[in-house]
Amino acid sequence: MRHRAIAVGTAALLAATTLAGCGSAGDDGTVHLTYWAWAPGMEEVVELWNEANPEIQVTVKKQASGDDLVTKTITAARAGNAPDLLQAEYQALPTLASNNVLADIAEETATAEAAFTPAIWRQVTLGTDAVYAIPQDSGPLMFFYRADLFEEYGLTVPTTWDEFAETARELRDAAPELRLTTFSANDAGLFAGLAQQAGAQWWTTEVDRWRVAIDDEPTRRVAEFWEGLVAEDLVDNQPMYTPAWNQALNEGQQIAWVSGVWAPGTLATAAPDTAGRWEMAPLPQWEAGENATGSWGGSSTGVTVDSDHPAAAAEFATWLNTDPEALTALVAASGVYPAASAAQSGGALSEPPEFFANQPDFYETAASIAAGTAPAAWGPNVTVAYSAFNNAFGQAAGRRAGFGEALATMQRTAFEDMDRLGFEVVQ
Amino acid sequence: MNGRPDAAKADTADVSVAATRTRANRRRGTGGRGAPFGFLAPAAVLFLLFFALPIGYALYLSVRKVQIVGLGLGADGREEVWAGLANYRRALTDSELLDGAFRVLGYGAIVVPVMLGLALFFALLLDADRVRGRRFGRLAIFLPYAVPGVIAALLWGFLYLPSVSPVHDVLDRLGLPAPDLLQGTPLYGALANIAIWGGTGFNMIVIYTALRAIPVEVHEAARLDGCSQFQIALRIKIPMVLPSLVLTFFFSIIATLQVFNEPTTLRPLTNNLSTTWSPLMKVYEDAFTGGDIHSAAATSVVIALVTLALSFGFLRIANARNRSEESR
Repeated sequence: MRHRAIAVGTAALLAATTLAGCGSAGDDGTVHLTYWAWAPGMEEVVELWNEANPEIQVTVKKQASGDDLVTKTITAARAGNAPDLLQAEYQALPTLASNNVLADIAEETATAEAAFTPAIWRQVTLGTDAVYAIPQDSGPLMFFYRADLFEEYGLTVPTTWDEFAETARELRDAAPELRLTTFSANDAGLFAGLAQQAGAQWWTTEVDRWRVAIDDEPTRRVAEFWEGLVAEDLVDNQPMYTPAWNQALNEGQQIAWVSGVWAPGTLATAAPDTAGRWEMAPLPQWEAGENATGSWGGSSTGVTVDSDHPAAAAEFATWLNTDPEALTALVAASGVYPAASAAQSGGALSEPPEFFANQPDFYETAASIAAGTAPAAWGPNVTVAYSAFNNAFGQAAGRRAGFGEALATMQRTAFEDMDRLGFEVVQ
Repeated sequence: MNGRPDAAKADTADVSVAATRTRANRRRGTGGRGAPFGFLAPAAVLFLLFFALPIGYALYLSVRKVQIVGLGLGADGREEVWAGLANYRRALTDSELLDGAFRVLGYGAIVVPVMLGLALFFALLLDADRVRGRRFGRLAIFLPYAVPGVIAALLWGFLYLPSVSPVHDVLDRLGLPAPDLLQGTPLYGALANIAIWGGTGFNMIVIYTALRAIPVEVHEAARLDGCSQFQIALRIKIPMVLPSLVLTFFFSIIATLQVFNEPTTLRPLTNNLSTTWSPLMKVYEDAFTGGDIHSAAATSVVIALVTLALSFGFLRIANARNRSEESR
């Protein structure tokens, strides 16, 4: 008797938690969807949808950003109570798809593809016929620099990487205490973006197998270039996002930063005293006259396999990321840089970010840079490769040597991890 | 309303007393035999639910693995299969884990002796005769223990970073060389320092409590015999608090083997701390970065076994020595 009472109680408790986690249809036929996201102000944007669509009501549940949410969603999906919709960074999509979290919404979203550049769209299809998410925002790489200090030291804005190295050298010669920027080993996202610009495709699918090509010619070129700068002490070798880094930016000891279009927000917190002194220019190119860039960050909206209403969820995801009204609200409320090409200038983006008030054409320039975004190619174990980057390049940056071996380690770690788990994979 | 049924019940009881005596006896007998189990039940249930079950589940996970099929995308992309001891073989031959173990050994070689030495030193100082501000001293030394480990690591991290550290600022002004503690060998000292700062107070309290339990007559007798404070400490007090020293050593070994907070918190500040610096960080990396809970479970089991072997091995040696001393 007592055992049964406990069993019944436990079952009831489990049922209650399961039901609470999932979207469901109400008695009146209204569809209720839950949406896990971290973008600030997302509730306001969703409110617009809820007002216009009384039959599909979406509830936003605030989450921790990035990899934490990936882990949490995979765990929830294993227990069968993942949300209907979730925000996911592009590089996490293969991991989520491989853990059978994301539903293929190709049929429901046939019209969405036209709103995005092929390079961005490729990130949500993984090069297959499936569509795993709708792109939301993107982070094309650009060159941010202290315009006032560039003028003071007589530097010109570099348009090629050779000029970039030259600028770094001129600065060090003019002011031995200052550095142009730093090579940071604590965020692989930037390195990945730089490799994309050079033409790298780290993970690709070939019919029924993966190819891992991290230690490939374009990436090697990027690694050797930065190794040269670090070895010659033309750039610093300490990590980003530390108190020391904030101070270096705020006090002008580092006078440039290669970063995503979202950099103004980060600079405003890291270097608050330098407002209005920065400018943005296109990323230096490998060949003069090109217009290529990579991405650092950016996220998408996916529908999970646990959703009871995938069609309604896909409809919402498409609206959120392609409808002009939704995008305007998204830019205003969340401060994201939209992935949809039409929304990348004008509208809410006609004014420059507050921190860059001195550069009125900020978003026009950004849109022309974003047009040249090289396609990114992600695989199911990006986190493993990124962690290998942290460790191997951290050591190499500290020693100011050995970037080539570090890259080989990154390749080997990523390949062996996939091979061990049973993926069909070649390198 | 209430009176009648009660009275009726009492009547029936009276009538049937004799008839039911034997049955009641028997019932009381079985109840008596069942009672210990009843009292044990809460502890047993809690033990099973929160101790045995998770350990059992970890053991189960550690002999399973994920098998990916083809591209590994979609519903048929992966399945969980039996792995046997493959995860254990991998954990035991993993050079990263072994390197991590050696790093932790080096770290422990600094933390344990320095922390316990300081704890004993402070405890003896506070226990010495004619000490003023005893209560304040005890609290001040204990206070860092109340600071959460992550916050302590953040605090010290700021002090270690050359360009923002006030310590470096002062040293620079005095024209003294300021070492970068986040590089190379000094890194071990930097990490150990955080643990020592946080842990000394706790261990001091344990030793101090044992010191206070020593009967006053014992030191009085020693003093009358002409012992100095130093001799009393060395000859009387330390041998008498040996059991609590053993205990604190035991706790310290376990804490050292489980080091995680300090290196994890300092890691973003430097190029020299890898994500697999300590064995527990390796477990975390496998489980949450690589998404391979099966390898992580196997590594956890290995770490747990090593911890058990080391700590109980030490206890056995300590006990054996105590016994041999007693027999002398």
